[in-house]
Amino acid sequence: MKLYNCSLESLGEQLAKGEISAVELTRSLLERISAVDDVIGSYLTVDAEGALVQAEAADLRRRQGDNVTRLTGIPIALKDLISTVGLPTTCASKMLASYRPEYDATVVSRLRQAGAVITGKLNMDEFAMGSSTENSAFQKTCNPWDLERVPGGSSGGSTAAVAAATAIATLGSDTGGSIRQPASFCGVVGMKPTYGRVSRYGLIAFASSLDQIGPVTLTVADSALLLGVIAGYDERDSTSVDTPVVDYYKNLKKEINGLKVGLPLEYLGAGLDPEVETAVRLACSQLSAAGALIDESVSLPHTDYAVASYYLLATAEASSNLARYDGVKYGFRAEGAEGLLEMYKKTRAQGFGDEVKRRIMLGTYALSSGYYDAYYRKAQQVRTLITRDFDKVFADCDVIVAPVCPTPAFAFGEKIDDPLAMYLSDILTIPVNLAGLPAISVPCGFTKSGLPIGLQIIARPFAEETLLNVAWQYEQLGGWCGRRPELEKKVG
Amino acid sequence: MTVMDYEIVIGLEVHCQLLTKTKIFCGCSTDFGNPPNQNTCPVCTGMPGALPVLNRKVVDFAIRAGLATNCSITSSNIFARKNYFYPDLPKGYQISQFELPICLGGYLDIEVEDETKRIGITRIHMEEDAGKLVHPEYEHGVSFVDYNRACVPLIEIVSEPDMRSSAEAVAYLKALRDIMVYLEVCDGNMEEGSFRCDANISLRHWGAPEFGIRAELKNMNSFRNVQRAIDYEVERQQDILDGGGTVVQETRLWNVERGISMSMRGKEEAHDYRYFPDPDLLPVVIDDSWVDEVRQSLPELPAAKRRRFVSDYGIPEADTEVLTADRDLADYFEAAVEIFPQPKAIANWIMAELLKFLNEDRIGVANCPVTPRGLAELLMLIDDGTISGKIGKQVFSQMFSAGDNDPKQIVADKGLAQMSDAGELVAMIDEILAANADKVKEYQAGKTKMFGFFVGQVMKKSKGQANPQMVNELIKERIG
Repeated sequence: MKLYNCSLESLGEQLAKGEISAVELTRSLLERISAVDDVIGSYLTVDAEGALVQAEAADLRRRQGDNVTRLTGIPIALKDLISTVGLPTTCASKMLASYRPEYDATVVSRLRQAGAVITGKLNMDEFAMGSSTENSAFQKTCNPWDLERVPGGSSGGSTAAVAAATAIATLGSDTGGSIRQPASFCGVVGMKPTYGRVSRYGLIAFASSLDQIGPVTLTVADSALLLGVIAGYDERDSTSVDTPVVDYYKNLKKEINGLKVGLPLEYLGAGLDPEVETAVRLACSQLSAAGALIDESVSLPHTDYAVASYYLLATAEASSNLARYDGVKYGFRAEGAEGLLEMYKKTRAQGFGDEVKRRIMLGTYALSSGYYDAYYRKAQQVRTLITRDFDKVFADCDVIVAPVCPTPAFAFGEKIDDPLAMYLSDILTIPVNLAGLPAISVPCGFTKSGLPIGLQIIARPFAEETLLNVAWQYEQLGGWCGRRPELEKKVG
Repeated sequence: MTVMDYEIVIGLEVHCQLLTKTKIFCGCSTDFGNPPNQNTCPVCTGMPGALPVLNRKVVDFAIRAGLATNCSITSSNIFARKNYFYPDLPKGYQISQFELPICLGGYLDIEVEDETKRIGITRIHMEEDAGKLVHPEYEHGVSFVDYNRACVPLIEIVSEPDMRSSAEAVAYLKALRDIMVYLEVCDGNMEEGSFRCDANISLRHWGAPEFGIRAELKNMNSFRNVQRAIDYEVERQQDILDGGGTVVQETRLWNVERGISMSMRGKEEAHDYRYFPDPDLLPVVIDDSWVDEVRQSLPELPAAKRRRFVSDYGIPEADTEVLTADRDLADYFEAAVEIFPQPKAIANWIMAELLKFLNEDRIGVANCPVTPRGLAELLMLIDDGTISGKIGKQVFSQMFSAGDNDPKQIVADKGLAQMSDAGELVAMIDEILAANADKVKEYQAGKTKMFGFFVGQVMKKSKGQANPQMVNELIKERIG
């Protein structure tokens, strides 16, 4: 098997045994990127030279037995909103096209400490605002399973790269489903940790109370390995939580006999593609056969209000988070402006794309005096109710399972002019962000036309161990993970 | 000012820059006067992805300020974002507090024209300062921004509209500044802007239930300017109301050079700051033990100290104002009293000599070359008659300029000890009287003014060291 096609887990073993070197692996991956990324369009930046230097250093570390981890020598690519010293970090926006951070995000420092090789930066919806990666200011990313379709978003570059084997594993960020939805569209494993589990320091904010960095991988075991490295308290992020990081990888294989699984009725409602429903129900029966107790009577009654609340809270925070892009300090500044006000107006009018502007306006409105109570405060109250819904279910259930997205990947252009339809594709992932819970998307089948379908598993706060354990067990039962699209034919 | 038809209503908003070593949300230094943008990092320059982390010292300082002004301390504190665009504001929002500030409902008692008046304090909240714009003279249309000050901690102290004259406003400001300086929360420097004040002013007819329309005054960088600006504003509003007009709600800037204020922005241009809780910061929970810990570390405040100086030391009230104006000076005074328990003498020497020397050399009490012990020992030498008060001043000058705190040694080295030996003095006096027999006769004939001449001669001959009291007595004995 080609090295780029292997899982992180298996490559770690091959590196440990000395069967391969990090340089070989990195070369293999860089060649793969050259071969297929012109068609897929995952990468905004490939740091070939830097990656080889890091790979050589990783090989040296392994030879000298100096602080070797399972990730030493493993190439990792990052969604382009995770700050990397000296390497462009654009948020797929014209506003930050020329921006190079002067510091590493905490997750990047942790990856470097573990000896991972940072290979490049991945496409996304501009400032993580979107569900199809069509809002990138720079390029389109195709779904490797069907090049006419979107990879999902906003972490579409991160999931398409893993699916197309142009990355072994990647990091994405999930604010309302931005890891799980594209993971389900691309047939890979995408995980959103509990809010506070992974430091946000250096993650360029969309909505600070919802954003969370998470791993995108080929398998659940890979997800556990990568999460183990990036998780943990960080004194630079006040919202990160100081609870111990357990060895997620070691605990994957626990039996699930007697595990209580809730299947909320609101998540199987109108608008759900029948093929998606069939796949999810099949997954449930497989879990049941393995000894899990499925409860189909659980209810999350405030689900209907989640999307509306989310689009008030997330846009309100975004309107403030994106105020710093004013042309004064870094990034884009419009030419030919007369005076300060005009500089602001022109810079922001030209530097931001339509969806970003739409959300800034929505958020500004929601916070405006006279509207705050009706919108922002009300949405916060709804958020509390949604969190309570989950608390009630988790009083009885160990995990919740549900679809990730009502439909499989849609075609380019299908929803881009209809923001509401686009927003609704996150209807089953958004409540999890509002409640701050950990959740994962695991492949659970394909449509007749060959598009991947994802199963969403949701757990209690900081129960990543349980989450990954159930996901791993399901992965064995379902047998869908690790499948690759027949890209060679498509690429020609 | 003439007797007015209107009651003046004034409320003040005071910003104090806190004396923490590091900034409120990052570890950068708060040192003043470094080259532009030296005290900065990704957090205080608002780089993408950087996050604030609260400096808990700031909370300590704010609690201190709140307790000293009789406020209640909020147990769950929320930081909020105040959103507006300006180049000195790196994130496009200022982290401040809005709903639930750290201190609520306090007061301060002030003295105006021998009457005590209580001024309510609505709230105190914590926030970060902005940077500073620099407009170079050599290049028009270009501005620079220095973020050294960005993220430096401030507290804003908002009073109730309880003041009724510019004198009351200034008295309140002075009292507030004294307290903040005593607490070592703020250096109180108005010129440098570490203690700044905005004033809300309105007029209403006596007895009117509602407040009039107010104007907000900014940019007053001294107590004198606060007084002038308020007086100007009162007159301006009075003229408008007398002419049948209406005051416009607006923000006005005081122009120090011209002695007038000018409109900066009207109500329509007022910002909608779109406050909302900052999702990057957790609520700060302040429990009773935290408050108690701060309470126990509070120093004695100026008003209490003044009362104690009157009752314990018998210092006149007016003098206590001088002695307690500076916490270091009050400490100096008490340290000296401990060694030489004659508070009035020490107070007089401090006010007449020590402060004069300090002011001339522009140095603070903390750096005074004469120690409290040095001063106390000097006064002991005067008290026991070793030297006269006049010689004492010479010795003090010597001590101050040389940083020499051994007055006994100085007196010995320079032979400044007083001549108090009656035999020696009598010999000297007899010699002088004999040499001036004609003048003795004049004196005895009734020209009593001559007495001073004889004393002067003795002092001259003794190089000022003769004990003046004894000289007086001995001369009197001799020539009647």
